[in-house]
Amino acid sequence: MPEIKITPLGAGQDVGRSCILLSMGGKNIMLDCGMHMGYNDERRFPDFSFICPEGPITPYIDCVIISHFHLDHCGALPYMSEMVGYSGPIYMTHPTKAIAPILLEDMRKVSVERKGDQNFFTSQMIKECMKKVIAVTLHQSVMVDNDLEIKAYYAGHVLGAAMFWIRVGSQSVVYTGDYNMTPDRHLGAAWIDKCRPDLLISESTYATTIRDSKRCRERDFLKKVHECIDRGGKVLIPVFALGRAQELCILLETYWERMNLKAPVYFAVGLTEKANNYYKMFITWTNQKIRKTFVQRNMFDFKHIKPFDRQYIDNPGPMVVFATPGMLHAGLSLHIFKKWSSNESNMVILPGFCVQGTVGHKILNGARKIEFEGRQIIEVKMSVEYMSFSAHADAKGIMQLIQYCEPRNVMLVHGEPAKMEFLKGKIKQEFNLECFNPANGETCVINTPVRIPIDVSLPLLKAEAKKFSALPSESKRQRVLHGVLLMKDNSTCLMDVDEACKEAGITRHVIRFTSTVHVNDPGPAMATAHKLHLLIKDRLPMWSVTFTDGSISLESVLVKVEGDDEEQKSVFVSWTNQDEGLGSYILGLLNSMSN
Amino acid sequence: MKLYCLSNDPNKPCHILTFKEITIMLDCGLSMQSVLNFLPLSFVASNKLLNLPFWTPQNVSEPELEGELRENCDRVFIDSPPEFCPPLDKLIDFAQVDIILISNYLCMMALPFITEGTGFQGRIYATEPTLQIGRLLLEELVLNIEQCPKANFANQWKNFVHKLPYPLSDSFKPKSWKRIYNMSNVNASLSRIQMVGYNEKLDVYGALQVIPASSGYCLGSSNWVISSDHEKIVYLSGSSTLTTHPKPMDHHALKNADVLIMTDLTQTPISNPDGMLGVLCVVVGLTLRGGGNVLIPCYPTGVVYDLFECLSVKMQELGVSNCPMFFISPVADMSLAYSNILAEWLSSVKQNKVYVPDEPFPHGLLVKNSKLKHFKHIYSEGFSTDFQEPCVVFCGHPSCRFGDVVQFIELWGNNPRNCIVFTEPDFDYIDALAPYQPLQMKVAHCAIDTSLNFTQANKLIKDLKPSTLVVPECYTVPPVSAPNLTELVIENNPDRTLIPYKWGEVINLPLKRKQAQVFVEREIAQKIVPVEIKPGISLSSLTGTLKVKDNVHNMESLEKIKDPNYQANIQYEWGSLNVTEFLQKLSQDGITDAKVEPSGSGVMIHLQDEDALIQIEENCTHVLCNSDEKLRMRLRNMLMHCLKKF
Ligand SMILES: [Zn+2]
Repeated sequence: MPEIKITPLGAGQDVGRSCILLSMGGKNIMLDCGMHMGYNDERRFPDFSFICPEGPITPYIDCVIISHFHLDHCGALPYMSEMVGYSGPIYMTHPTKAIAPILLEDMRKVSVERKGDQNFFTSQMIKECMKKVIAVTLHQSVMVDNDLEIKAYYAGHVLGAAMFWIRVGSQSVVYTGDYNMTPDRHLGAAWIDKCRPDLLISESTYATTIRDSKRCRERDFLKKVHECIDRGGKVLIPVFALGRAQELCILLETYWERMNLKAPVYFAVGLTEKANNYYKMFITWTNQKIRKTFVQRNMFDFKHIKPFDRQYIDNPGPMVVFATPGMLHAGLSLHIFKKWSSNESNMVILPGFCVQGTVGHKILNGARKIEFEGRQIIEVKMSVEYMSFSAHADAKGIMQLIQYCEPRNVMLVHGEPAKMEFLKGKIKQEFNLECFNPANGETCVINTPVRIPIDVSLPLLKAEAKKFSALPSESKRQRVLHGVLLMKDNSTCLMDVDEACKEAGITRHVIRFTSTVHVNDPGPAMATAHKLHLLIKDRLPMWSVTFTDGSISLESVLVKVEGDDEEQKSVFVSWTNQDEGLGSYILGLLNSMSN
Repeated sequence: MKLYCLSNDPNKPCHILTFKEITIMLDCGLSMQSVLNFLPLSFVASNKLLNLPFWTPQNVSEPELEGELRENCDRVFIDSPPEFCPPLDKLIDFAQVDIILISNYLCMMALPFITEGTGFQGRIYATEPTLQIGRLLLEELVLNIEQCPKANFANQWKNFVHKLPYPLSDSFKPKSWKRIYNMSNVNASLSRIQMVGYNEKLDVYGALQVIPASSGYCLGSSNWVISSDHEKIVYLSGSSTLTTHPKPMDHHALKNADVLIMTDLTQTPISNPDGMLGVLCVVVGLTLRGGGNVLIPCYPTGVVYDLFECLSVKMQELGVSNCPMFFISPVADMSLAYSNILAEWLSSVKQNKVYVPDEPFPHGLLVKNSKLKHFKHIYSEGFSTDFQEPCVVFCGHPSCRFGDVVQFIELWGNNPRNCIVFTEPDFDYIDALAPYQPLQMKVAHCAIDTSLNFTQANKLIKDLKPSTLVVPECYTVPPVSAPNLTELVIENNPDRTLIPYKWGEVINLPLKRKQAQVFVEREIAQKIVPVEIKPGISLSSLTGTLKVKDNVHNMESLEKIKDPNYQANIQYEWGSLNVTEFLQKLSQDGITDAKVEPSGSGVMIHLQDEDALIQIEENCTHVLCNSDEKLRMRLRNMLMHCLKKF
């Protein structure tokens, strides 16, 4: 049985540093190359020594595919390509190619300049790495080499996010990256056709959640923000520069306009303008509504949202601030958090998932005292709210995607083990599909059926179709294709035996048997033949039996009756060796009559 | 396989290809040459046009034609909203068309004529830029004509075509001409388009695969590869090997086709686009410096993007950068905006700009700096305040029959310092200007056509190596404009069959399918035991259950057949029987009374005790016996031991 082997180096029963190795048909593919935000040590990058203990991994990897620009999916890319060593092709969509290097550079600065991290990749390495990137367009079929084909599908989630279909020979896999099955304020919903892969590798961040309607969540969010500024509080919303931030900005902008609110809203990212420019230029990747109206009004030109200055942190009065990064693990958002956390009229709203080890994760789990390096302890008095605004598919969405693409097996990654188990059960129950969720470093082997394409001569196919349609309709048995496979040079073709012999330059040797049975049946020979015809038809209802000029024939079997009107008749049964089963059966039938 | 030619203009192609019981329309171009016979549509009453004298042919009584024809400078024009010559609808019922493939936005203007009110139910495939920009062209056309309503549609003149002067007398099928469609037809028709990406494999009813490949001609332009398991047909429409703003042409996908259909080659076979661009820059510079205005009748998309970019640089160099460029079209704003969001369809130079992020085209910047100003119409708000002379005006339509160009010719036509420059190759500039004559303004002809010229086309064919090449007949003879230039043809070559076609013809294409494809399940494949017959040739009989779904054939294991009489592993004997060996086997088995006699071309073995005859010839053996099955089985085994089989 041919196999597909999958080993997660990251995202196996875990969220963060997605990196999955896929082997099929002699090809090795790396799916995503992310980093873990919760760690500062070597655990932040996938363990590439799994691929080869030392030296570059180029000989062992045929291509790398990046699903989207989030750092937990591409953050380790420059480390992998420039420090571990990989010079092969890296595939991603155009927006991802545009935005990923900006986020990588931003993260590098935070790690190296603020945290003093050593042994990190440099700006130059990011540039060198991006030179290896080949940008792909949605639905375009890309041949990585003669045998390896990939194709991107729209995934929603963030600008440029894609799911990838990967095929080698007759084996295929779909890797979803992160995706979203419901459209939001700026992106459309993920979509895939019925590509029936052998395996679907799906993220499962929200495996157990069936989220309430989007509208409710938005209303809830706006209510909380509004209440907080009404009581003079400050609202901190930690976000990543690109993605959810744009959706929440559109939401607040329209609300401020409608409610005529005066409290300032700041977006504290140097990237904002640049980020919004990307959205303008890749407007074809946003949803229908934005695409339709972009000429008249650009959704990403905000009236109420102003750039933030660090000096505003201590300003009196209410305000709303969007600040990076989203999980409160470093940078400005953490700085503001430290300043505001002791005041109970303030609020922090975490609009996305926070990985373990981050401050975001800690306060979401109810921690009211946070200890920082240098023994600094911060008391959290401000209210902490969590709003699931990250655009991941929930359980319903994951089930929907399975229904769309009809995979033979499912694998869950990028989620928490307990939640995965729950969803696994559901998938098995509802679709009766094998479902896997390997841990990091654990290899999962999936057997796949093989279909080998061969050429077939058109006359052979046509003869079969003709024969099949001639069968009695009430007794249509399964269609059978029989022929001779001619293997010559590099070609293989299935054809009729005579055609094959001719092509091969040989002659058949036909063996024919004729046996005589004596039957006692008075009356004319024709009457006997008639009786035999009815008998044979009755016993062999699945075959097409013909009766002409007193002889009965089916396939190569021929039955003839001879004799005068006397009692005894000679019945000749004749057949070729290829119809031995049928011929001997009919002979047996006649023998039993004569006795 | 058949090819129907429905358009008489190879640059506005429309074909039908039938293959494997699927009917495919290749492009849906609309020839607009007919509009040159009509008077221009002006939305401000034009004294000159209103006062043109009526014209009546000799021996035709006045009332029938009253008012339909007018004369100017020895040319006769129809005074009516323009009519168009849609693709031929007599050869094929459009309700039968399964799919339409659109190569580029200039080859889809007849779409509403084909898909609306005809019972058409198929799918249309086009790339995103083709759809978005094509929509702009269709909308502009409808708006330009609708904004100048005329009370009467002239129809009588069609009964007197033979009595009309040239070129009206030469009109192509005037009775089939139709008025333009309306906006709801446009919307309905375009809503049927399914957007596709380059190299996207489209499945057509399981029978065919269709793939669009970049053609380098304009934003989103494509050629099409149509293939079954064993045949490959390439349809090559507007293509360019020059480096301009679109993504370069993809040659690789088009190679080694069984049939290559090639159309939409250059309309300016003698001049080269770079040279023309140079002339244009000089003309613009000279005119502006002399205080004159430049009028460029054009489509609202395509080469104009390159002209904005190129001219702004040139005007800077020539010190006339204070003269503004005006871009006037009902869809000018949309066109500028769309061109800057379609980065994935641009050349790599332009594409790389969005990674910065910069806009791929500089016209955003030109607009910001007031070097380029765009308006929907000349009567749009703000135009009169912004208007300043001398200037360069880009506006439609290149036929000079409708759109704002009509007003500009009226405005500037009498001043010899002004200049009108023709850059679009679709219309003859002398015909385009005929209703306005006499004109004082200068006329320059700098048609820029980036599509393949004959040298490039012949080189491409050599590279692509098709078995059969199918081209419009006019490409096999030198162009009418240069009958002596015999190199301006598609070359005939013994390596391939060249089939010319013309309007209204149905061509049989030489494609005899001999093979199909079947997918064999692994279980069956494992049972295959190849028998080497000769060095390099092996045979193996193969039997399986055939499952056919969506035209895809699958062969699965036979095991499930319940009929015991069915032989699952039929094999075949071959070669001749060695009689001596067979006799040895008989005696080893205890049959010693075999009597051998020559018989015909072979021998007859008579087994007297067993009452059986075995007749052996070169290619067959016949065993005749009574109903003693034991004996027959013994003989059968011996025979099969003596023969080779597969
Ligand atoms: Zn993500």
